[in-house]
Amino acid sequence: MNVVVCVKQIPDPAAPSSLDPTTHNLVRTGKLILDDSDSYGVEMALQLAGQVEGSEVTLVSMAPGGEVSGLRTALAMGAAKAILVSDDALAGSDALGTAKVLAAAIRRAQPDLVLAATESTDGYTGTLPVQVAELLGMPSVTFAKSVAVEGSKVVVERQTEAGYDEVECPLPAVVTVTAGVVEPRYPSFKGIMAAKSKPVDTLTISDLGIDPSEVGATGARQGIVQVAEAEARSAGEKVVDEGDGAQRIVAFLEQIKVI
Amino acid sequence: MIETDEHRLFRSSLRELFEREIQPHVDEWERAGTFPAHELFPKLGAVGLLGLEYGEAYGGMGADHSFTVVAGEELGKIDCGGVPMAIAVQMAMATPALHRYGSEDLKARYLAPAIRGEMVASIAVTEADAGSDVAGIRTRAVRDGDEWVINGSKLYITNGTQADWLCLLARTGDGGGHRDMSLIVVPTSLPGVEVSRKLEKLGMWSSDTAELSFTDVRVPVANTIGEIGRGFQQQMVQFQAERLITVYRHIGSIEQAIDRTREYLSERRAFGKPLLANQHIQFTMAELSARHDMLRHYAYAAAAGVDRGEDVTRFATIGKLIGARLQREVADTCLQFHGGIGYMAEHWTSRFYRDTRLDSIGAGADEIMLRILARMDRFSPT
Repeated sequence: MNVVVCVKQIPDPAAPSSLDPTTHNLVRTGKLILDDSDSYGVEMALQLAGQVEGSEVTLVSMAPGGEVSGLRTALAMGAAKAILVSDDALAGSDALGTAKVLAAAIRRAQPDLVLAATESTDGYTGTLPVQVAELLGMPSVTFAKSVAVEGSKVVVERQTEAGYDEVECPLPAVVTVTAGVVEPRYPSFKGIMAAKSKPVDTLTISDLGIDPSEVGATGARQGIVQVAEAEARSAGEKVVDEGDGAQRIVAFLEQIKVI
Repeated sequence: MIETDEHRLFRSSLRELFEREIQPHVDEWERAGTFPAHELFPKLGAVGLLGLEYGEAYGGMGADHSFTVVAGEELGKIDCGGVPMAIAVQMAMATPALHRYGSEDLKARYLAPAIRGEMVASIAVTEADAGSDVAGIRTRAVRDGDEWVINGSKLYITNGTQADWLCLLARTGDGGGHRDMSLIVVPTSLPGVEVSRKLEKLGMWSSDTAELSFTDVRVPVANTIGEIGRGFQQQMVQFQAERLITVYRHIGSIEQAIDRTREYLSERRAFGKPLLANQHIQFTMAELSARHDMLRHYAYAAAAGVDRGEDVTRFATIGKLIGARLQREVADTCLQFHGGIGYMAEHWTSRFYRDTRLDSIGAGADEIMLRILARMDRFSPT
């Protein structure tokens, strides 16, 4: 079974981040790290691949400057190889442009199953995986809290507001996993050393046969018009419990329609 | 020391592991006076931490010493001294002699499971009447056919209430002094091995410390590590590994204490300005930071010497002495600059102050380090 995991390499959230004043895009210079939300997909893929002999996990990523730091982390966890698409023409790509690139790269790996996080930790659009599925002509199941492969189908418990749906879907398919679907392993010393020699196939858009006008800032159909400071949080209301604390909190929650 | 991508990745993997598997439990373990070594150690074994430099034949990683430096630094950043100390016992205090001198059979039965984290190990050297003066130990192993019969007691044994086996130093002959001592692997499940007391301490609360007694404990002679009668010399080698990892832990713990204190001093205001605007505080912190930098590079030089196969006794001795003293001074200064909150039991400064006191006593007291140096530099009468 070929399992492909979409992984994003993002600026370290622990370091101060900034937006480009002209394009409003996130500045991505410097070392990137594996998006934490993708570590769940990688772990899920490794566990599923471990259940079927001859399976392999391939990572697919798009990043500027041939960046592989985040990919190395996922390779150290146990993925077999990676495909990285890196091309100056991709700067300023919107989610759909990125989906086109990833779909073209994923197709090369001939996957039985494609896993992705529900959304990235830096962009948060949450739209990319379903766009990838559409472009690949595959069904998609989102918000999986558990994933199992049974023969030629994938069985998913899909998180909903009320609980979860049990969904079955024929393979190949795209599945997005929530944080908590599995507990990601920590890269071991052996895994880290092995990752040094694992293949990373670095491609440009011409390798993938993609027209430059379809991607990057030129091809983007979505743009960031304006960036504004978030409104400062106003001071909360202090409830002093005079025997009616619980009722007053309930009344407040009802008022803001939480319950 | 050159930090490669592999060092960085190993560091971030350890940091994440400690953040998730240790930090959330530290307060509870400190209160309990122990931590669940049998639950935690397999997780550490899975990333290779417990056998970094050991042979791959026993499940070790075959790493060079620079990865032990990274591990030590990250251990030092854990929010207490007790758990990192207990981990360091397994990594670099109870197992080095077994790896270097032990038989293949002994390594398969005790080292390999310790590297995997399935067995917990302790080093049992100190006794009530023999701490710094190791040659004064009285615990005795008398040969009876193919077995040793061990009688005696050991004190201040880290991991002592939960260890599966001990690397025990015992007298195995009548030579006295440094002669006729042997290191023996003693499974704690054997009849006659008892935890006489769990000891209360000033600091390092999350690490269990025990007094152990041995009454007619029968152990196969085959459990002797290496040559019979060479235990003292083997233990001196083992002490060196202990001192080095202690220095690496200091680098991490001091760095974290200085960082945290800088942050507090820049936020805390007194007399209309941040405390950090006070020149006395600036200069004091800057000097501690400078000395920390010196320690770091001294430790890295020591580590490079280990990888070149050099004798680093002098590095280990000076690093341990100066590192432990600097750590105490940093703990005291950080607490002082935090004022009242720094003295509160709930605050990290308070625990750091208590925990750091031990490092000038354990792994060879400051006075032992000075004694070694005085001899080495010919400041003691010949």
